[in-house]
Amino acid sequence: MNVSGNSPARKLVYWGSHYLMIGAFVVFALFPLYWLLKVSVTPNDILYTEGVRMWPSRTTWENYFFVLTQSNFPHYFLNSVIVAGTTAIVTTMVAAVTGYSFSRFAFRGKVIIVALMLITQMFPLVMLIAPIFKILAPLGLTDSLTGLIIVYTAFNVPFATFLMQSFFDGIPKDLEEAAMIDGNTRFQAFRRIILSLTLPGVAATLGFVFTAAWSELLFALMLVSSESASTFPVGLLSFVSKFSVDFGQMMAAGVLALIPACAFFLLIQRYLVQGLTAGAVKG
Amino acid sequence: MDGGKSVTTAMQAGKLPVERRGVISRRLSGILEPYLYVSPALILIIAVMLMPLVLGLSYAFRDIRILNPFSGGFVGTAHFQTLITDDAFLGALVNTAWWTFGSLLFQFTLGLILALLLNRDFLGRRLVQALVFLPWAVPTFLSGLNWAWMFNPVVGPLPHWFTALGLMETPFNILSDPDLAMWGPIVANIWFGIPFFAITLLAALQSIPKELYEAASIDGATTRQQFISITLPFLAPTIAITLMLRTIWIANFADLIVVMTNGGPADSTQIVASYIFTQAFRRLDFGYASAIAAVLLVLLLAYALGVIALRRAMTHADN
Amino acid sequence: MASIEISNAVKSYGAVDVLHGIDLDIQDGEFIVLVGPSGCGKSTLLRMIAGLEDITSGAISIGGMVVNELQPKDRDIAMVFQSYALYPHMSVAENMSYALTLRKTAKEKIADAITNVAEVLGLTALLERRPKALSGGQRQRVAMGRAIVRKPQAFLFDEPLSNLDARLREQMRTEIRKLHRRLGATSVYVTHDQIEAMTMADRIVAMHDGIIQQVGSPVEIYDRPANIFVASFIGSPAMNFLKGAYEIAQNGTAGIRLTDGSFVPVLPARGATANQTVTLGARPEHIAITADENGENGGIPARVELIEPMGLSTLVHVSLADNPVKIFTLDRPDFAVDSFIHIAFDMEKIHVFDTETELRLPPENEPHTAQSA
Repeated sequence: MNVSGNSPARKLVYWGSHYLMIGAFVVFALFPLYWLLKVSVTPNDILYTEGVRMWPSRTTWENYFFVLTQSNFPHYFLNSVIVAGTTAIVTTMVAAVTGYSFSRFAFRGKVIIVALMLITQMFPLVMLIAPIFKILAPLGLTDSLTGLIIVYTAFNVPFATFLMQSFFDGIPKDLEEAAMIDGNTRFQAFRRIILSLTLPGVAATLGFVFTAAWSELLFALMLVSSESASTFPVGLLSFVSKFSVDFGQMMAAGVLALIPACAFFLLIQRYLVQGLTAGAVKG
Repeated sequence: MDGGKSVTTAMQAGKLPVERRGVISRRLSGILEPYLYVSPALILIIAVMLMPLVLGLSYAFRDIRILNPFSGGFVGTAHFQTLITDDAFLGALVNTAWWTFGSLLFQFTLGLILALLLNRDFLGRRLVQALVFLPWAVPTFLSGLNWAWMFNPVVGPLPHWFTALGLMETPFNILSDPDLAMWGPIVANIWFGIPFFAITLLAALQSIPKELYEAASIDGATTRQQFISITLPFLAPTIAITLMLRTIWIANFADLIVVMTNGGPADSTQIVASYIFTQAFRRLDFGYASAIAAVLLVLLLAYALGVIALRRAMTHADN
Repeated sequence: MASIEISNAVKSYGAVDVLHGIDLDIQDGEFIVLVGPSGCGKSTLLRMIAGLEDITSGAISIGGMVVNELQPKDRDIAMVFQSYALYPHMSVAENMSYALTLRKTAKEKIADAITNVAEVLGLTALLERRPKALSGGQRQRVAMGRAIVRKPQAFLFDEPLSNLDARLREQMRTEIRKLHRRLGATSVYVTHDQIEAMTMADRIVAMHDGIIQQVGSPVEIYDRPANIFVASFIGSPAMNFLKGAYEIAQNGTAGIRLTDGSFVPVLPARGATANQTVTLGARPEHIAITADENGENGGIPARVELIEPMGLSTLVHVSLADNPVKIFTLDRPDFAVDSFIHIAFDMEKIHVFDTETELRLPPENEPHTAQSA
């Protein structure tokens, strides 16, 4: 977009309003997180009296201390790490292989499979809660981290596949042909050469799936009933509903929940735009 | 060195041993190869999503209540008949429309503005981009809780600010007011959803060749004219697809509501998706829940087909 | 080194046949060029030899062994791609040694091989660089080096010079030719550029629509094209074609009567009948501008449309019998556009084609040569 008219006054107004709006968006995006942080470091005794101040007169780590040592949160946190991490790894592996085949092969049935994957993105996952529960129950996979991992992996594979596919599309096909002529089977060429060239794509997919699995609430609520298998969302929610509210502690737990997801996302968001751009260009 | 395979010149020192295919010819293995690659994904999706889907649809016609060991019988269309007269369900339909389009309107508009702002090079752009996309990474249950706390006059600033601005008489929690409660999850959804639109629209904006703008400005077009005649048409396909997908996605998105209001107060924030969850999770009535889900699915399909038909009509009109 | 035999190779994609029964014998050590327009099947044929495409029916043998069922890695061939296909994350040295590393060749042997080949190709200073730090010509040479180090039974080239600018292309043509003479390697080279074909090939295979049109040495193909396609594809500027009727005079001499009545004498053609519709083919260098204005035995009038000075030569575009005709001359023209000049055709060098079958009708006295079609 061009700036028409170059007078200094005009430019000032233009860029001034630009930064103003950017500022508004940044504040809007960050304020809730800031507030979360703020309450989490507010000691209980002044929490209700100082309610609306921007920053408490006294800060404390006692809420974090409580959450980390006196509650079950470390356990929930660990469960979530296990589930989200495993899901991310398994999903990325499956998505890499599937995305590669979509990128390189033309085969009968490809259209159907792609259509199936698109369909899975479109229907309400909530409607699967009942049947999945009934299927997993006799298998002993309810109330287990393994059950969650299997379900989450299946949910994330379609999007992860399309993400990986668009990264593979960016690599010329004759690279694996050269590798095959040099002495690899196609799978070896894929594993040894192509995969190492799509490391950004792999990172993006890992991060995306991890974030998605880390946040998942409904199926975790439905499938998990015991404390030992609760993931973070379940734990946090039950904490909130059970006890008359100790906001400071809950927010401290919330901040802790944020850290892995945000860290991952900040690392990979650049690749997401890349991947989506590649897809957008192809329409 | 491999021994004794063949005496032709192909078998020399330092060459790879040849693997004989044996039974499967190369052509056949070439045909099977892609399917081997997609089989893990396919198995997962069929087992965890498609089979349960079919199963779930069948539950709509059966009486399945987890707590009742005698349930499981076929009840035909009994659930659907109950549905039609179920006030909670009908209310949920209305709420779903309110929820979906309310969220979508603001998410899209604000996302577009943000994308346009980010499309220019300015100092600190990288940092700003990372920061404004952060809400997308926040787990939804957390953003739900977070906003719920912010709306709570006990610990949150919003009711106090609204009062100071004159929007409220005294600070109260809008989440407990049946007329206003829906706005709570909607605001949280907007906060959460702007990054998605911003990222996709930004990617689309960045794929517009700069030369088009240069040619237009040489031709004398103002910024606004350039926006209308270059930017919008280029964005139109992306916008169309994104909007359609997001509509469906938002309609199905029950997490925020379950966390913030649980459908209350008095079912004023219950949408169809959360209603399904409530029936399944809290009342453990899988049959009824599946019937509602079936109806939702049909509605969404109709919506999607309608959009596709509309698009086709519009493309034909252009031709 | 090895010979390559292709017998009755057919390639179809679903219902569409891309290659129809190709028969070709490539001798050990020969440099064969597959040339033709895009879509003629030459790249497909090359990739079938490599094993990157499988063969629908027929057989391909390398070194006497049928390789239909073998994967590329087992065929002991090396390929140079149009886009070079260098591994971006490896250095030049690693790129070249990759195949040997896969075969677990001893490190010293690999190092020796790389050093030798790098020297021959002038790459010694570049061994530690990554492909993105190289120019197009350098990448080309690395791609070739990668192939040479393998010491394969055959080299396959898939339009390797297409991405280079004209000057570099000329230079690489010579280098490849010299390398071939030095290594004596069986090579199959695909290109759409007929100049590359003419300058590099021991034998040319002209292909069109999935069928081999003609196989022969460059001179053979140039002087005795088998049909209109080959005649028009090979040679630049291209051959001129004029339709007419074949006439035989009582004294046995023959000629072609063009549509405007002009008469062009030709050597009597084998198998041509009186009044048969034929197409006259004349290369621009076989048409002379004459001062002779006398009808039948001399110049035919033609109007000058355009004069293109090319430095050494001049290309004169004329209009004859409503057809554009190009004439190649080393003389500087002393006429202007829109004037009329007289042209004469070199009877010994021009060709007669059957208009319908498009096959060339050779002069009666020409010895029969084996031409595959």
